[in-house]
Amino acid sequence: MSASLLQLTDVTIRFGGLTAVSSVTADVREGELAGLIGPNGAGKTTLFNLITGVYQPTEGRIDFAGTSTAGAKPFHLTERGIARTFQNIRLFPSLSVSDNVRVAFHRHLEHRTWQSWLRGGRFHAEEAELRERTRELLSLFNLERVQEAPAKSLSYGDQRRLEIVRALATGPRLLLLDEPAAGMNPSEKDELMRLIRFVRDRFRLAVLLVEHDMKVVMGICERIHVLEYGRKIAEGSPDEIRVDPKVIAAYLGD
Amino acid sequence: MAFPVAQRWLLAALILAGLASAVSSSIDPYFLDGVMGVGVSVVLASSLNLINGFTGQFSLGHAGFMAVGAYTSAMLSTVVAPRLGWNPLLLQWVFFPLSLIAAGLLAAVAGLAVGAPSLRLKGDYLAIVTLGFGEIIRVVLQNMDAVGGARGLTGVPAYSNLFWTFGTAALTVYTVWALLNSTHGRGFLAVADDEVAAEAMGLDTTRYKITAFGIGSFFAGVAGGLYAHLKGYLNPGGFSFDKSIEIVVMVILGGMGRHAGVVFAAILLTLLPEGLRELGSRSVPNPFGGAPWSLDWIKEMRMILYSLMLILLMLMRPQGLFHRSERRRRGA
Repeated sequence: MSASLLQLTDVTIRFGGLTAVSSVTADVREGELAGLIGPNGAGKTTLFNLITGVYQPTEGRIDFAGTSTAGAKPFHLTERGIARTFQNIRLFPSLSVSDNVRVAFHRHLEHRTWQSWLRGGRFHAEEAELRERTRELLSLFNLERVQEAPAKSLSYGDQRRLEIVRALATGPRLLLLDEPAAGMNPSEKDELMRLIRFVRDRFRLAVLLVEHDMKVVMGICERIHVLEYGRKIAEGSPDEIRVDPKVIAAYLGD
Repeated sequence: MAFPVAQRWLLAALILAGLASAVSSSIDPYFLDGVMGVGVSVVLASSLNLINGFTGQFSLGHAGFMAVGAYTSAMLSTVVAPRLGWNPLLLQWVFFPLSLIAAGLLAAVAGLAVGAPSLRLKGDYLAIVTLGFGEIIRVVLQNMDAVGGARGLTGVPAYSNLFWTFGTAALTVYTVWALLNSTHGRGFLAVADDEVAAEAMGLDTTRYKITAFGIGSFFAGVAGGLYAHLKGYLNPGGFSFDKSIEIVVMVILGGMGRHAGVVFAAILLTLLPEGLRELGSRSVPNPFGGAPWSLDWIKEMRMILYSLMLILLMLMRPQGLFHRSERRRRGA
């Protein structure tokens, strides 16, 4: 068994009197394809926001790659290797497709902001290299043909894919996907499942997936965590989850 | 050494400004004054464009930062410079640029002092804070006897010339352009587009906003210094809310986040009132014979015409004369 990349220990968050996530302990292992499911309002997106540093837990701790994430802002955690996509697509709509990816690559740059003012040799060399890497990454996902188009002009499916490409450009070890299959038809969903497996294998990273679509979750996840009313009610392989009485009760009612 | 293309443009602009400056004694002083005013406007509009246009913030305090720079450099020239005993040429070509940098730095400090705590605020809230700041600066200056108070500060030497005004304008445009056309610089646009996503992509959004604010106020301060040494007289009333709005209008009219559009709007809006005044002092020949028709009414209706033109332009081109998405659409 490989080591935990992400470890949540008794994580709780309260908003005033509401306990959105209550004492959740879960982990994502290195290179694993993990899923997070639960009925509406179970606290899945809140948990995502806790992992990415948008919220700080009221109690409990979150460790990423062996270090606590307490007090770290979202951009710090991105630097440490957590990347995400959003439930409702959040690209940079007015930027071109390649600029969307380029911006996410920025932390690989050696030169500082003021050096883009001087525009010396180092600046040009690095920018050229980055453009090449951006092009390579985009071509891997068949987005090279639209690289100069504004992101907002892309089709829905392409925008979803671009969001994943942009997240990959930050060089993550853990990729969080927030309902990537939302709004997709069955054949697009099959395509997405292939894409997620390909991303995991090719970039050797762990994926944590929040998804409503059971076919997608059961189809690709190796381990699934189930939330209900902010509590974790089950954890296991898709086969175990499918027959778990608590999970069935949560989804179908008692 | 071979300069990259962008720097060649900057160099060419600086040389041109220098040449123009050398022959400026043969130019009509009234015209010259207007032209230098254009340079100052370009600096103001381009620097505000970095904050309001590219980074998506909304500052209404640009006149305040301009005032900080104007009074800083004016005080340096009227209080410090005479004690140095330098010759006038040295003052204009060495002391003046240094005082402009000091003016810019102090304005940048003011910008950071206002920006750092308030950049967590978004949209309207930031606008209100910066508006308040601009007014505070004006009121403080009005009540400071050391800088002339409400009477104003007189006797500022006329160090501003074509080279300094246009050189600074070229440098400002280059700086904003160079900053934006880089991977780091695309971060400003990303922050404007979607702050949450930018943060999730590892961009320190606060740092980007503060950088934009600092650089923007720096150039506003430099513009203030140029303005002070152009007019020779400073009055706190000249840095009121109206002035901030005037600069905001240039940015909006030019198309938020368009380099050329904003420069064009700055030129247009600076020359328009002067042009109308000039037109008003002429007359057209009467086609029916008799006394020529006077265009005096234009002189009187100048500000109304100016406002009407703005309203018409906004109705016809709400996205600005040039807009960012337009070029992209063509490029796609």
